Formats: sequence, C-alpha cells, structure tokens
Amino acid sequence: MNELSASSRITYRAVMVRPGVARRIRGLSDRTLAWLFITPTIVLLLAINIFPLLWTIYLSFTNYRANRANVPTIWLGADWYQSILTDPDIWAAMQVTAHFVIWTVVIETVLGFGLAYLIDKKFRGHGMWTTIILLPMMLSPAVVGNFWTFLYQPQIGLFNYVVAFFTGRAASSFQMLGDVTLSPWAIVIVDAWMWTPYVMLICLAGLRSIPDYIYEAAEVDRASKWRQFWSITLPMALPFIMLAVLFRGIENFKMFDMVNLLTGGGPGSTTEVASITLKRAAFESWRTGYSSAFAIILFVTVFGLANIYVKALNKVKSR
Amino acid sequence: MSIDATPSIARRGLADRLLRRGPLEAIATTIIAVGVVMLMQPLSLTLYSWSFATTLFGTVMFTIVSKVRE
Repeated sequence: MNELSASSRITYRAVMVRPGVARRIRGLSDRTLAWLFITPTIVLLLAINIFPLLWTIYLSFTNYRANRANVPTIWLGADWYQSILTDPDIWAAMQVTAHFVIWTVVIETVLGFGLAYLIDKKFRGHGMWTTIILLPMMLSPAVVGNFWTFLYQPQIGLFNYVVAFFTGRAASSFQMLGDVTLSPWAIVIVDAWMWTPYVMLICLAGLRSIPDYIYEAAEVDRASKWRQFWSITLPMALPFIMLAVLFRGIENFKMFDMVNLLTGGGPGSTTEVASITLKRAAFESWRTGYSSAFAIILFVTVFGLANIYVKALNKVKSR
Repeated sequence: MSIDATPSIARRGLADRLLRRGPLEAIATTIIAVGVVMLMQPLSLTLYSWSFATTLFGTVMFTIVSKVRE
C-alpha cells in the first residue's frame, strides 16, 4: 500500500466506501445537501442568538430575579416597560448616552475625514503615518480604559500636564474623572482618540473610490480646489461618511467597557450611560425582569438603527 | 366611460408610486430616526415615553416593507 501513488490511494479509498452509502449520498438532492451543510450553523445560531433573545423577551414580562430562581415567576405584562419609559432616572441616563454619542460621532467624523483627506494626498511617508494613526484602534478597550485612567491622574497624569502647559493652570487644579463637568468630556476624548482612526479608514476608502478623471475634468473647467472639494470630494465621499456616522453611533449607543473602566458611571451618575444603568439593574440590584425589559428597549433602538445602517450600506454598494 | 376611467388610472398611478419599496423604506427609516431622537431628547418626558413605541413601529414597518417589490 505504501508504494501506491497518491491518486491510486484516493481511488482505493473510494472503492472501499460501501456501495449502499455512496448510492444514498448520490441520491440526495442539491437542496437536501445544502440543508445538511447549513443545519449546524442554524442550530448554533438558534442556541446562542435567537433563544436568549426570545427568553429575554419572555423575562421582560415577568418578575424573575436571577438571584432568587426558586421564587415562583409572576406574569406582569408590560409593567416593566411602563416603569422604564416613565422613569426620570433612566431618561437622564439616555441623555448622558446622547451627549456621549453625539459628541464622539461629531469629533470622530470631523477629525477622521480631515485625517483621511491628508493621508489621501500621498505625501512622503504617508504609509508610516497611516500605521501610527491606526494604532489606538488596535488596542483593547480594557487597556485603553486603564492607561487613560493613569493619564488623567491629577498628580502624575500626563494629560493634566499637557493642559497645564498650554493653559497655564496648575496640573493638580482639576480632575478629569472626578469632576462633574469634566468627566462626560473625559470619556468623549478617550473614545475619540481610540475610534477616529476607524472613521479615517472608512473615509479614506470613500476618497480613494473617487475617479481621478473627475478632478481632471474639473481642472480643465478651471474649478478652484475649494470648489472641487464642495462639488466633487464631499458629495462623493458622503455615503461613506454616513456609514461611519451610523456605525460609530450604533457602537457608542451600546458603549460599556471603556466607560465602566474609566469612570464606572461616576461621579454620581454624570457618566452613567444606558449600558451601565442596565448592568447595575441586572447584576447589582438583580432585577432581571426589569433589566430584560430595558435590554429589549435598547435592542429595538439598535436594531432600528442597524436597519438604517444596512440601507446606507446598500446605497454605498450600488455606487 | 372615458370620464370614469381617468381618475381610476390616476389613483392606480399614485398607489403604484407610493407602494414601492423605496418610498416606504424611507418613511420607515424616518420613523425609526424620530423614535431614537425622542428617546434621547432632554425636553419632554412624554416624548421619551412614546419613543419605544415609535421606534418599534418603524422597525416592524421597515422589516415588512423591505419585502415589498422594488
């Protein structure tokens, strides 16, 4: 057997398969074979995605508490939804989330597009600069949260010293993470630092997709650089910018890890974004039914935004 | 006969124009966006209370109309 060539071995194995089994496999239709291949994936998807979602929807209508699993579950109807949607504290958490989402998206889009515009000029060493700019995006949010906590330290933090250098204020005179006014901006700065490169990448893809002949035609028509930017660059890169805005908007609406590491929602509840409120309700107060209802409200919002995202994505694809 | 036929053609034309995926998706998208704004606005608790229903309606509408013919 060892002396047989590779092709002979394959033929030998094919002959060794029992004819009954081979006939049965050959007898399956393409449709059946396709179902056979995708069934494991569907089962996995149902087990880890669909079932937990349906279970959460069920729990959101009950008084279930995960730390008292033996207590009989009572059907409450839409009570938790009514409670959440009339609660001024949750409304305040939504406003904190809105502040975080709006400012991060605005800053990241403006800076990201600006950087992409500069990188697109292909100056000497632009490849190296692209790599350096992309570095923050590659770090783990846990790492970013930890080292920015050190950077924001009023006594030893580098951030305070840089601000002191430019403004003349004493470095220890302000606390980015401990001040009620500054802490919402502290988390915005860190997120912008981390995710601006991502927006830059998407905008760069948009800028690179604009054909050169359009600019050449504009040059022939003696259009100024300013005019070319407003009439060619911006309109043609706009679907990509929209994509970046939607993607960052959805991601920041769900933001948890970085904010939890930086401020934990404090001081007070000034940086308590919706996900942190949800975590507190679920794993500190153990109000599982209530937090399930809250999770479903957030899920529907993100799902709605994702629909808009898919629509924008299709628009970009059709270009 | 011709007097009766004209409005029906006009009506069918209007229905054909509106009951297409594009405009319906645009309406659903607008409703979702309005719902999200209502959820996060700082002005009125009543608007906040109705935000979930609005977003849910828009999302369900989007899911349905995305199956409508192009």
